[in-house]
Amino acid sequence: MTDDFRARVRDWLAANVPDSSEDAPAEELIATAKRFQAALHDAGLAGITWPSQFGGQGRSAAEQQIFDEEAAAHELPTGVFLIGLGMCGPTLVDLGSTEQKARYVRPLLRGEEIWCQLFSEPGAGSDVASLQTRAVRDGDSWVVNGQKVWTSGAQWSDHGALLARTNPDQPKHKGLTMFVVDMHAPGVTVRPLRDMTGRAPFNEVYFDDVRLPADAVLGEVDAGWFAAVTMLGHERVSIGGSVRRRYDPLAYHNLVELARTRNRLDDPLVRDGLAALYTAERALSLFNARLRQEADAGSPPGARGSVAKLAGAELLWQAVHVAGLIAGLDAAAWDPGSAEGDELAVAINATPASSIAGGTDQVQRNIIGDRILGLPRDPVADRDIPFRELRVGTQA
Amino acid sequence: MRLVLDAEQQQLRSSVRKLLADHAPPARVRAVMDGEDGCDRELWRRITDQLGLAGLVVPEEHGGAGAGHVERAIVLEELGRTLAPVPFFASAVLATDTALALGDSELLPRLASGEVIGALAVSKTWGPLDVRATEHDGGWTLDGQAPFVISGDIADTVYVHNGDWFAVSEGFTRTTLHTLDPTRRIARLDFAGTPARRLSASDGALARVRDLAAVALAAEQVGGMGRVLETTADYAKVRVQFGRAIGSYQGVKHRLADMYSAYERAESLLRHAAWSADHDAEGLPLAAATTQAFVGPACFQAAADGVQLHGGIGYTWEHHAHLYYKRAKTSELLFAGGRGDLARRLGLEPT
Ligand SMILES: Cc1cc2nc3c(=O)[nH]c(=O)nc-3n(C[C@H](O)[C@H](O)[C@H](O)COP(=O)(O)OP(=O)(O)OC[C@H]3O[C@@H](n4cnc5c(N)ncnc54)[C@H](O)[C@@H]3O)c2cc1C
Repeated sequence: MTDDFRARVRDWLAANVPDSSEDAPAEELIATAKRFQAALHDAGLAGITWPSQFGGQGRSAAEQQIFDEEAAAHELPTGVFLIGLGMCGPTLVDLGSTEQKARYVRPLLRGEEIWCQLFSEPGAGSDVASLQTRAVRDGDSWVVNGQKVWTSGAQWSDHGALLARTNPDQPKHKGLTMFVVDMHAPGVTVRPLRDMTGRAPFNEVYFDDVRLPADAVLGEVDAGWFAAVTMLGHERVSIGGSVRRRYDPLAYHNLVELARTRNRLDDPLVRDGLAALYTAERALSLFNARLRQEADAGSPPGARGSVAKLAGAELLWQAVHVAGLIAGLDAAAWDPGSAEGDELAVAINATPASSIAGGTDQVQRNIIGDRILGLPRDPVADRDIPFRELRVGTQA
Repeated sequence: MRLVLDAEQQQLRSSVRKLLADHAPPARVRAVMDGEDGCDRELWRRITDQLGLAGLVVPEEHGGAGAGHVERAIVLEELGRTLAPVPFFASAVLATDTALALGDSELLPRLASGEVIGALAVSKTWGPLDVRATEHDGGWTLDGQAPFVISGDIADTVYVHNGDWFAVSEGFTRTTLHTLDPTRRIARLDFAGTPARRLSASDGALARVRDLAAVALAAEQVGGMGRVLETTADYAKVRVQFGRAIGSYQGVKHRLADMYSAYERAESLLRHAAWSADHDAEGLPLAAATTQAFVGPACFQAAADGVQLHGGIGYTWEHHAHLYYKRAKTSELLFAGGRGDLARRLGLEPT
């Protein structure tokens, strides 16, 4: 049965993955992504483990694994859906009302709507529960004011999962609520923010008296922290579980190619570095496969997703090291005509993101220590104090 | 590919763990380690007679249990957790795998039952020994030296590889070496006109034995890591300094988190390699080499951090942390081919 499925996935991907061209304008890339995702859904290959009543396939994690293995050989154009499919969708499935699931899940799977995650603020990153964006009830609706930052993909999103403070008299974790926001609503302003690669994949998002209907609440009012933790759990698994793609210049296979074409396999350090990288890639991908098999057997990964996230970042840093061993100064200066040089530079410059986005390495280690190993928590200064009396972020 | 244990395999784990908790507590391990021959014969009998574990991978028609390498890995993990001083690795792994690879049906049932303790003599780099074999009157004798034989001090029968294969049971001298790891003895064997039984050669036998040994050793290492992780995390919860349990300091917590992360990945590689040993003969060499290359250094790092995070008490002879440290370094060196060997298997040859 699984062999049939593998063959079907392989054939379908071979026939349907479009040629990539990173240089195309954003609108064109998004149009391609949407067409591809819809076709994927029509082929029964989107939302493989999601419930079938909302448009998923109701299949096992093992089949998802097969799909991912096959997909790793391709460059799927679906990057813009990662947050929706990896994080927002699973959270909707867990916590959404029946109406919300019926409204949002299928369009998400069909690539009709793009989602973003509106958690971080200038003063609230790791300590996201200290956020300041306010949602105030006004009759049947909510009025939102505040600012988010580093919001990936907000510039082309249709919806966002917003975390806002609804009760400042409660301690910081107890007065938050999660909302589904229409990113095209009046009062929402998105400003691109450049990252250290020079590109602008994330944004600042401003909310000025943005009005949300009562049914925008995802989960319960003032129980937003629970919803956030749910989503962050999906986020870690989704980030950590994404296998190194074949086209990633820092993937083992590509670094071997680079070493070959540059005759660098003579250097024992290069060979050793590549072998170490290979073991680390295998270790992580087998760990992810094991988590999936355990999930199929009824035990979800929980905080162990942090291992995948942390190890994924470690792997990238290791790859940056090996890339440097291979390329030497060519990674520092290259001919203007060399796409290889450009790609390697972007990969090197993008690596810190893996240790910051989705919870920093330090935060993942805290999660592993506290929740898996049961170590005593850091003393917390603010857990029981009403939010309005707190000092947060960098503001005194 | 199956990476999770089924109920029966978990049951096996609990019964082995229980046996070792009852009969190989740390005090007992230390007593044996300081004793005459470094082997807990009573425990060995329980493992072989009572639970029939020595023949786990031996087919039933040869007196074994007809189980697989996943099962054997479970036993080895438990032995690695406790450092139980029994010749399982030498006899139930190295010698048994050799007997299987060479089709030595004479010795196989007796290795499987545990009646005979076996060992394997190869060069320090897992190649043929510089040992001369002479034929006379249909029999063979060996002359030369095996510099490094795990459990060679107590083995009843030793397989000797000098390009051809022989088995010897008497007529040689054994010198117990000084070892970094006091819980596993290693001997030098000197052959001088030593009577030997010649075995029919079999292509690829040595490679197969070596790959399976890498998997088995990795199982021991993963078990050791798991134990170090557990004891160190437990200690970090109770040791108080500056008014707080040390586990609440991130310098400590984060190192434990990294240890856990390495442990989870090591276990994943192990499960895959053990599964390959049963189901994917072609994939085994790479899976085994990859596993060793990751697990060897990771296990040593865990053991070293285990000492560090226990502070002065961890550096004290009476504490067990050093035993795991010494075992881990030794095990890492046993497959010192490590990443160099893996690089060759991956085809990363100089141009
Ligand atoms: C590429 C990228 C994409 C992103 N996309 C999104 C997005 O789509 N949506 C969104 O909401 N956010 C997004 N973020 C924001 C991201 O979630 C935060 O940057 C991250 O959680 C860290 O918060 P911070 O930047 O405020 O750092 P801070 O929390 O200020 O941390 C600064 C340093 O202090 C350390 N630190 C903080 N607290 C602790 C602690 N308790 N123990 C130990 N060390 C600690 C951190 O590890 C870090 O090294 C993105 C970030 C990046 C880089």
